[in-house]
Parts: sequence; structure tokens; C-alpha cells
Amino acid sequence: MASVTMIVNGKEVTANVDPRTLLAQFLREHLHLTGTHVGCDTSQCGACVVHVDGRSIKSCTTLAVACEGASVTTIEGIGTPEHLHPMQAAFRENHGLQCGFCTPGMIMSAIDIVNRKGHQLDEHTIREELEGNICRCTGYHNIVKAVAAGAQAMAAK
Amino acid sequence: MYAFSYHSPKTVRQAATLLGKNPDAKVLAGGQTLLPTMKQRLASPSALVDLGKAEGLSGIEVKGRNVVIGAMTRHADVATSAVVGEAIPALAALAGGIGDPAVRNRGTIGGSIANNDPAADYPSAVLALNATIITNKRKIPADQFFQGMFSTALEEGEVIVKVSFPIPSKAAYEKFPNPASRYAMVGVFVAKKGSETRVAVTGAGSDGVFRSAELEAALKARFNPKSLDGVKVKASGLNSDIHASSEYRAHLIPVIAKRAVAKATAK
Ligand code: FES
Ligand code: FES
Repeated sequence: MASVTMIVNGKEVTANVDPRTLLAQFLREHLHLTGTHVGCDTSQCGACVVHVDGRSIKSCTTLAVACEGASVTTIEGIGTPEHLHPMQAAFRENHGLQCGFCTPGMIMSAIDIVNRKGHQLDEHTIREELEGNICRCTGYHNIVKAVAAGAQAMAAK
Repeated sequence: MYAFSYHSPKTVRQAATLLGKNPDAKVLAGGQTLLPTMKQRLASPSALVDLGKAEGLSGIEVKGRNVVIGAMTRHADVATSAVVGEAIPALAALAGGIGDPAVRNRGTIGGSIANNDPAADYPSAVLALNATIITNKRKIPADQFFQGMFSTALEEGEVIVKVSFPIPSKAAYEKFPNPASRYAMVGVFVAKKGSETRVAVTGAGSDGVFRSAELEAALKARFNPKSLDGVKVKASGLNSDIHASSEYRAHLIPVIAKRAVAKATAK
């Protein structure tokens, strides 16, 4: 077992974990933050994307122990059911989800895109930047629309 | 994943000591290849030595006529580095085309080079730019570093510290990605520095990255896309797999090389 301490959604957590615990597993099974999903477990789908020290990463391909001292933000950390994050609101407005399985990862990736590329995103940029996120049911059309709208809404915030 | 013991050394020296004590330990850099491999149980090291907290391993600087990049520098940082973008834009572009944004935020240059995956992008840049791999023990020229797929000149307990890239006068990278995996089926890095032209091919060789003598000879007199008209590359020694036959890859190499030279000579 190894001890790890990190900040998750603003709160410090310390735990003893088997070193092979993936960050996704740690979030879901130890902290019960089940908003972070595991779709493929092979770094392709992006359902597990969270932010570590402000950058999007795939939590299925990161060890929890490697996040010692890091600040982790999950989908639970960006908004509440009453006060959705502008990107979450944009996904709802634009019908950017059907089953919702890919959505937490889509939204965490989308926020990362805005952080890096700004608030005016064209369709091409969004599609390129979402390369690591797969949706199996909505189709990307409305997801792209949602990201563009959410990016603008984040500027207004 | 099989169980392993986890170590997080604070210095490269500590990392080397740990590696010496655990003969089947593996170095963990960004983990974007190693962790998937371990999850599939294709690798089962008894110990992981994580370089994530070891100091002095990341960062980018210009030293004389070289761009020196720390081994733990993430692909995203190379891709967006003003220094790299100015001195070797082809290298920044290559880094920006690896995997996807989340993978680029974890994956490192040292990890990619040490792994020497036959379809990885970075080895082609290292070879074509005639870079030097600086380890905790010595300096290794690119021509001696890559020794067949997944195999390098690195010895037990040897850790890459940084990579030094001589600044070329012209360079570009082009790849033909597999439509599904986005890994290079053929990737060609061309570089011209003074009178020397080097062409490195990744994704195609059954022995990993290699320099193409045919293409280098054709470009030697004139570094121009037209110089590659009619140049053929032999299919022997190239990969045949479900994605493409060796003949198809042999055809692709000059086509992609030509695009790379066109890109390098544009503007
Ligand atoms: S679960 Fe991590 S990328 Fe699919
Ligand atoms: S909304 Fe169902 S997978 Fe994307």
C-alpha cells in the first residue's frame, strides 16, 4: 500500500491505496465520485477525462499515486444541479447528450479547450480538439454546437 | 495490472539507485504507453520508478545552436513552446500531433524515445535532426540510439535526462495516420542543416525508425519536392500488417516525404 494526498474539487484527501490504483478508480471507488466514467479503459474514449493541475488528462491512464500533491477537478467540482457550469448548461441547451455516458469527459475536455484556445471556437478547431473523446449515441453535431456555445457563455461569466 | 511497488525518487541519482536495486523495475514517465501495456498484462514490472517528481527533468532552453528539451517535458509543452516554435517549428508541430490533447498533457519526450515504438512520432525527429540523447551516464548520438523496435542503446539503470536538437535550416514532419488509431502508418521527418540532409521514416520499418538512403541521396543535390519525382523505396524490410502491405508503405514513403519537403521549403 502507498499513501497519497491530493486535493480533489478543493478538498484535501489522503488515502492508503494499492499503487496500481488508477486515478479513475480512486475517484470512483474510494471517493465515490462516480461522475467520472470509464468507457474503454484503453485511453481512447475520453469518458474519464479530469483536470490535474488545470490540464485535462485521462484518469484511466494515470496512477492515483502519481497525483501526490496535485489538484484534481472532476465533473462534480465544476457546477451543481442548481447552478450548472456554463458548459454543462450549453450541453443541455444544445441537446449535446443522449445517454450522457460520454458527457462528463466531453465537458471536462471542452473546458480545457476553452482554457487553451479561448472563447471563440470554430467548428474545425472543436472537432480536432475533441479527437480524444468518443460519443457513441448523440453524434458529434450537437456536441460541437454545445462546445461553441459553452465557450462563449464562459466568457460572459 | 499486476501488483508492483511504487517509488517516487526526488532526483535522477535516486532513480538510478532504485533501478539498480530492482532489476526488473521500469521507469514511469508520462505512462501513456507503459500503463496501457501493464493493464493488458503485456508488461509486469515488479517496481515502477516514477520520474514525475524527480527534479531538473523538464523544461526547454536554447543552448548555442541547439534546442535542449528535458526528458519529462510533456508533448503539450513542446507543442506550445515559443522557443521550439521559433527555432524548430517542425518539432513543435510533431509534438502537437501526437495522440490527443489529454494524452499530450501526460506523455513525455523521454518516454517516447526510450520506448522506441515503431509507430511513434518523436524517434523520427530525433534521428532526422541528428539529436543527442543525454542520459545520467553519457551522451548518445541519435544514429546509435535506436536499435530496432522497442529497443535502444539505453543500459540497465540508464535514464534519459534531456535531448539536444541541433537547429536545422529547414525541417518538416508529415504523417499518414491510420484512420482509426491515428498512429502513423508512415511518418517522414526531413531536415536540412548546412549541406547535410537527413530523412527519417517512422511507422513503416519492421525494425522501427530508420533513415532512408534513397530519399537522402535524392534530396542531397537539391532540397526540393521535385527531387523526389520517380524515387522509389524498396518494400523489403517494411511492415506488412492488417493496416497496410509493405508495398503500400513503400509507395507511401516518397509520397509523404515529398509533402514534408514541400512543407519545409514553403514560405
Ligand atoms: S476510459 Fe479513459 S479514455 Fe476511455
Ligand atoms: S451521449 Fe451517449 S455516448 Fe455520448
